[in-house]
Amino acid sequence: MTDSLSIYVQRLGDNALVLGQRMVELVTREPELEEELANANFALDYIGQARMFYQYAAELDGEGNDEDFYAYRRDAQAFMNYLLLEQPNGHFGDAIVRQYLFEVFYLMQLEGLAACNDQRLAEIAARAEKEIRYHLRHSRSWMLRLGDGTEESHQKMQRALEQAWRYCGEFFYSDAADRGVCKTLGLDLPEDLQSRWNEEVNELLSEATLERPGTPWIREGGRHGKHSEHLGYLVAELQHLQRSYPDASW
Amino acid sequence: MVAADVSREQVLEWLGQIPDPEIPVVSIAELGIVRDVEVNDGVTVALAPTYSGCPATEVIEQSVISSLRAHGIDAEIRRVLSPAWTTDWISDAGRKKLKAYGIAPPAASSKRDLLAGTRVVHCPRCGSAETECVSEFGSTACKAAYRCTACLEPFEYFKCI
Repeated sequence: MTDSLSIYVQRLGDNALVLGQRMVELVTREPELEEELANANFALDYIGQARMFYQYAAELDGEGNDEDFYAYRRDAQAFMNYLLLEQPNGHFGDAIVRQYLFEVFYLMQLEGLAACNDQRLAEIAARAEKEIRYHLRHSRSWMLRLGDGTEESHQKMQRALEQAWRYCGEFFYSDAADRGVCKTLGLDLPEDLQSRWNEEVNELLSEATLERPGTPWIREGGRHGKHSEHLGYLVAELQHLQRSYPDASW
Repeated sequence: MVAADVSREQVLEWLGQIPDPEIPVVSIAELGIVRDVEVNDGVTVALAPTYSGCPATEVIEQSVISSLRAHGIDAEIRRVLSPAWTTDWISDAGRKKLKAYGIAPPAASSKRDLLAGTRVVHCPRCGSAETECVSEFGSTACKAAYRCTACLEPFEYFKCI
């Protein structure tokens, strides 16, 4: 159980860190000042969440690691994040679509965790849930504004949606570690969240005049360390300082 | 001074003098960040982070440690996540100080408010309810940018979470 729980918690941390790092790449690249501030603050939430998950994972592992070990001293293949989150930022609409599709799922996951019977996870999730609820207000409003915007913005959003869509199936797939943890902690299995996710996403897409893609959900493997080539570059940049100067500190 | 010589009330009073690093007119006690103080063999201060990634969290912990050290106490910090910090933890005195500083204090928090974003925000300068949101996502994660359409002053609103 501890092993499964440790994997489960590390995956939560990896999702938060990898998406947070992608968002950090957007700092100074946003189209306007308000977006610059919103993105940077949201990225901080993710980095903060990753730290809390990693601190817990380190305790569960009991191998004397600290949170930095998970962020800075593992190779890309050891990361277990969803593939969607490591995809390059693309244009503003691509980043918004990625954010929206993931956060609808992540909020459901956190709501479950906040009520689960692992006290530590429940506390972290209760904190994080409030933040993601707030992020969603942002990503939803841009989905609507750009989807139901000009002809060009609509086309770009539709295209972004089709690109991101193929990676979303991975949210609803469970392996032995998930099943063990979900059972012990009294959580819904990821596949059980799918109909609620569909419902919410379908409703927003129709309001945003976007079409639900017919693209099949074909990509998966991130959670087992099988990543797209993009993660290697992300991790190389993230870890550069610690790899070049191990244990460097300010 | 050893811990036994100091009362919980005394420690709380000292903590009430530590300003928040981002909004220095209010203390960390008034913001509801100080959750508890335990005085046993040593002094333990329970602090609740406002946001997971709040860059002030570590600064606040350091200022608690150094402030108590100045009073001869080596305090330990305990981070408390539950119950999670919300704007409801800000004291009435804290709200008044925020308003006097020009930041509209948060109305009550609710999940519905967080999702829908509907609320009336009063201008901290003239008190008018005729205000408009310029940007929901302001200079820090906890603030939104507003403008008063009555007195035309821009101001910040401390968001409900």
